[in-house]
Amino acid sequence: MIDVDIGQRLGGFHLDVSFSAEAPIVGLFGRSGAGKTSIVNAIAGIATPERGRIRINDAVLFDAERRIDVPPESRRVGYVFQDGLLFPHMDVLANLSYGQRLRDARERFIDEARVVELLGLGGLLRRRPRTLSGGEKQRVAIGRALLAQPRILLMDEPLASLDSARKSEILDYIERLRDELAIPIVYVSHSIAEMTRLADAVVVLSEGKCLAVGAVDEVIGRVASEREPDHDDAGSVLDTHVTAHDSAEGLTTLAFDGGELLVPRLDAAIGDRVRATVRARDVSLALARPADVSILNILAATVVAIDELPGALVVVRLAVGGSTVVARITARSSRQLRIRAGLELHAMIKAVSFDRRSVGYA
Amino acid sequence: MTELSADEVGILTLSLRVAIVSVACSLPFAILVAYGLARASFPGKTLVDAIVHLPLVLPPVVVGFALLVLFGKRGPIGGLLDEWFGIVFAFRWTGAALASALMGFPLMVRAIRLSIEAVDRRLETAARTLGGSRLRVFTTITLPLALPGIVTGTLLSFARGLGEFGATITFVSNIPGETQTLPLAIYTFTQVPGGDPQALRLSIIAVLLSLTALAASEWLTRRSAHWQGDDRR
Repeated sequence: MIDVDIGQRLGGFHLDVSFSAEAPIVGLFGRSGAGKTSIVNAIAGIATPERGRIRINDAVLFDAERRIDVPPESRRVGYVFQDGLLFPHMDVLANLSYGQRLRDARERFIDEARVVELLGLGGLLRRRPRTLSGGEKQRVAIGRALLAQPRILLMDEPLASLDSARKSEILDYIERLRDELAIPIVYVSHSIAEMTRLADAVVVLSEGKCLAVGAVDEVIGRVASEREPDHDDAGSVLDTHVTAHDSAEGLTTLAFDGGELLVPRLDAAIGDRVRATVRARDVSLALARPADVSILNILAATVVAIDELPGALVVVRLAVGGSTVVARITARSSRQLRIRAGLELHAMIKAVSFDRRSVGYA
Repeated sequence: MTELSADEVGILTLSLRVAIVSVACSLPFAILVAYGLARASFPGKTLVDAIVHLPLVLPPVVVGFALLVLFGKRGPIGGLLDEWFGIVFAFRWTGAALASALMGFPLMVRAIRLSIEAVDRRLETAARTLGGSRLRVFTTITLPLALPGIVTGTLLSFARGLGEFGATITFVSNIPGETQTLPLAIYTFTQVPGGDPQALRLSIIAVLLSLTALAASEWLTRRSAHWQGDDRR
């Protein structure tokens, strides 16, 4: 349980947020400058808010009224920084054990061997940080934070400085941590793809304010599309499960409340829950069910609402069974098709618009 | 000719002892002051900075005279030190070490301060979140990363101490076997008829000593940079 209610003035920027969330991974989502880092810094004790409270489970880390301000070294908050911040004068092993040696044996829940195994650090222990690749650095940084035996792990854009292959590698590792260790994670990112893949609960931030808190499929689908509609990755999240694999065609069928989706072959077992992100720009609309098209996913849908965007675009919110799908189309198409609330039509999504980043284990 | 006389060995060992003791005793203070100047902000910081740098710009004689007034047997500080701890600086080799330490202090502080300022503060923050107290972070992160500057500062101050003349002769005079360091001995030989060959021999020793210190500084700086992970394997 993460409980944050803080206010802080930083020059012209005013941070004033209040949220509580209980989830394996809580996402802090927003553009740069929204106040994400200010919040994790306050949780870690690196920055001191002017008012408010911060609580993790039963531990009060900060309370301005009661004059509680636990120093960072006593908070047991693991912080994985954007660029890792490994200690350059120590090898990987010394980096890993830096925090571990400082914790009481009673507080230990994870040991070195486990961390080395979970994060695949075995071959790196005697290397210096300077000789590591970006992804390796970030894995060591995660391991170092874990070995300090934190009650919560803060990750501030841990993928920001990595290329996309490394990104998905680290995402895999973070998913392993979530599944194998019972440690809550606060994950900061401006990437909708990362949020939908990892986060269970999402806090959407903008200009120091908290816009919405909720389950990822509701919040990202609704708020992100409304507030960040021009974001290329904006879209909706479908809660699906795997129903079939077609190895010959290289396709996997996902069922959700509203129909089925065909996506490129997933490495998942039948019955596994999978979260699929449908980007608004990948959805096109047709009044009649089209025949002879290459698009594999054609879903019957009802228009719920139309939001106009600057730049001759509209976002059409659709009900597909019990799920919501959003489509981003031009205002001109919308006029030509006379799209209005209540209209029944067909939403089309190319199977290839799903990729490793947009489909992840729930 | 190349053999050193007993007197010369005495002068050399005294000089080295004075320089080593002065550096060893001033290093902790220099690190403290450098850290304060680099990281803390307090009222009067500019004044402290100026006072630390004073020996660099004052005539050494003035520093020596100030030491004489303050640390002399009847001086306000010297009197108390003698009374409480039995420590006497006046006309002792310890006084020469004090004068050397003071003259080398600004060089030491400058080098250390620069290297502390170059340490990424976010590394210190990271260490705090891992459970390190301020003191622990200072000793395990800040100090090791500032090591090249500490080495440079120490050797600069050491070399400065070996060459110290004005403040020393003013404060503790020129007593053979007690306060007559290398520069003072060279000066003495130049003042007596026929002393030039002796002065030349000692000057050559001084040159060799300084070159050694310089080489050691280079080597140590490179070693510590290597040790800090600056190597590319």
